[in-house]
Amino acid sequence: MKRSITPFVITVLVLAFFYLPICVLVVNSFNASRFGGEWSGFTLDWYRKLLKSPEIWHALGNTFAIAVVATIGSTVLGTTAAFALDRYRSRLQDAHYLLVYAPLVIPEILLGISLLLFFVALKVELGYVTIVVAHVTFCVSYVAMVVLGRLQDFDWSLVEAAQDLGADAFTTARRVLLPLLAPGIAAGALLAFTLSVDDFVITFFVAGPGTTTLPLRIYSMIKHGSPPLINALSTLLLLVTTTTVWLSQRLLKEAK
Amino acid sequence: MSDFIQFENVSRQYGNVRAVDDVSLGIRKGEFFSLLGPSGCGKTTLLRMLAGFERPDTGRVLLDGVDITELPPERRKVNTIFQNYALFPHLSVRQNIAFGPTVARRPRREVDEEVDKMLALIQMRDHADKRIDQISGGQKQRVAIARALINKPAVLLLDEPLAALDLKLRQRMLIELDMVHDQVGITFVFVTHDQGEAMSLADRVAVMNAGHIEQIGRPVEIYETPQTSFVAAFIGDSNFFEGVVEEVTDVEHVKLAIEGFSALRAFNDKGLAKGDRVFLSVRPEKIRISRDEPHAGPDYNIARAVVDDVIYLGTHTLFWLRSGDYRLAVEQQHNRFVLDELPIRWKDEVWLQWHVDDGFMLERYAESDEALMGIPPQRVGEGDPAPAANERG
Repeated sequence: MKRSITPFVITVLVLAFFYLPICVLVVNSFNASRFGGEWSGFTLDWYRKLLKSPEIWHALGNTFAIAVVATIGSTVLGTTAAFALDRYRSRLQDAHYLLVYAPLVIPEILLGISLLLFFVALKVELGYVTIVVAHVTFCVSYVAMVVLGRLQDFDWSLVEAAQDLGADAFTTARRVLLPLLAPGIAAGALLAFTLSVDDFVITFFVAGPGTTTLPLRIYSMIKHGSPPLINALSTLLLLVTTTTVWLSQRLLKEAK
Repeated sequence: MSDFIQFENVSRQYGNVRAVDDVSLGIRKGEFFSLLGPSGCGKTTLLRMLAGFERPDTGRVLLDGVDITELPPERRKVNTIFQNYALFPHLSVRQNIAFGPTVARRPRREVDEEVDKMLALIQMRDHADKRIDQISGGQKQRVAIARALINKPAVLLLDEPLAALDLKLRQRMLIELDMVHDQVGITFVFVTHDQGEAMSLADRVAVMNAGHIEQIGRPVEIYETPQTSFVAAFIGDSNFFEGVVEEVTDVEHVKLAIEGFSALRAFNDKGLAKGDRVFLSVRPEKIRISRDEPHAGPDYNIARAVVDDVIYLGTHTLFWLRSGDYRLAVEQQHNRFVLDELPIRWKDEVWLQWHVDDGFMLERYAESDEALMGIPPQRVGEGDPAPAANERG
């Protein structure tokens, strides 16, 4: 029987639709032409210029500092939230789940505006603190969902076995629970890191003067017009985020 | 009051279900004790109370005279072999066995020495550094045993440890467990739903049903003199007859009036009087089947029957028969002399014979227990002889 080529064609079209723009961007970041309409030779100039720009370095520093703090905060909170969702029996458990899950589906712009109004109402000065708090707010949900997934197929008789063999709660957590859940928690943390690094909408609302992150910098560069630099920067950002996501997926698979 | 382990009026309720209902039970030191019953009978809850994973709502649990009801699991001198062994997948065989002493902060060298001894005992020295997913089911059980015994517990709890193994391996591990018990001499409490495991290993068995204990005794007592119809039906199989006492013939025996049978007699250990309603149980293998009329004796009941079905089972043959109003199961071993006779076949008219002392008087079984019976009691005209019907007017 002859196999239809329709599925193949559709697959190629969908993939092209998804990834062609990104490919164009990556290719253009090596294009000597300033406007990217035509290929005028291979160059690394844009990357060189990019790395010489103090503004870029500043934004990069901001982004990573915020991402690291937000990742640590959301990993701790998200992991404990996952435990609470998995272990406690309460009539309100469905509501709790919804509360943790909601930030994943609430429009980002809504989150951004409400956080901004909240900070203004509390008279908190916009800056590093507000960005970190905002990032933790939405990253917690992602971490909680990833860790919860791992907890749901965790064999709790292992914890009983540890207690049975004389381990108290702390020793059980240190010697059994954490080592076995570490890949799941690490995967959640990497996901949180990625989300924090490339968040634009929420950061846009809660950032203050001098706390420009990379995505915000890219946006202002578009306004002031230097497309090749944006291409180069986006390519680098793409590299960082895809690597982290790939690492996180690998950790999850290994844990299974 | 000298029992090593004591459950005193222990109860535990989950929602509306009484998982354990006012159970009192004593287990002796060094004994291989088995809790046997269908799933949901409360045997695992009882075991988990002993391990410390469950607290009773009311009642006390004592170990060696000390109340341990509120003691957390890590402070009890009790170790457990879990149903799926619960070995730590992130640790090697050696690290698994060393877990208890390591957590207890015993000196490293001492721990190593004892782990080596344990590895030798379970013949796993060559596999010490393997990961848990690299060893077989039988080896896992041995590691679980070593991991528990290295802590020198006063009691070893076994929660259906053989359930995960296939038949042949189960038989081998059964023997190994028995040998381990003989070697270490500590008290074993073994939970199972498999009567074969309980009967072959245990010194004493407690048969549980719906949260309470039906009978405690040596395996032979449980099998030969069941005290309730649940025990008679759950351990092995039973034929049940319903009738009234017609006459108390002597101190130990009564004559029964059962529809369709003439003058059945049975052992009367319940002190029944004339006119009492009774429920008579006779095990299938206690009934002899023959073509020729057996010699009538005062100690034997005799009845006529017609063969409905013959099921050859290798070690024995199961006959389904019709006799009076009843459909009966009879098991016959293949003795050599039988080969010389014509084999009994479908629709043959045969004689049944059993010793009067092989019938026990029991209470009427609960309808809900019928699902657990290998041979559900049936009367003729209530469906097929296959064990399916469960209605009984």
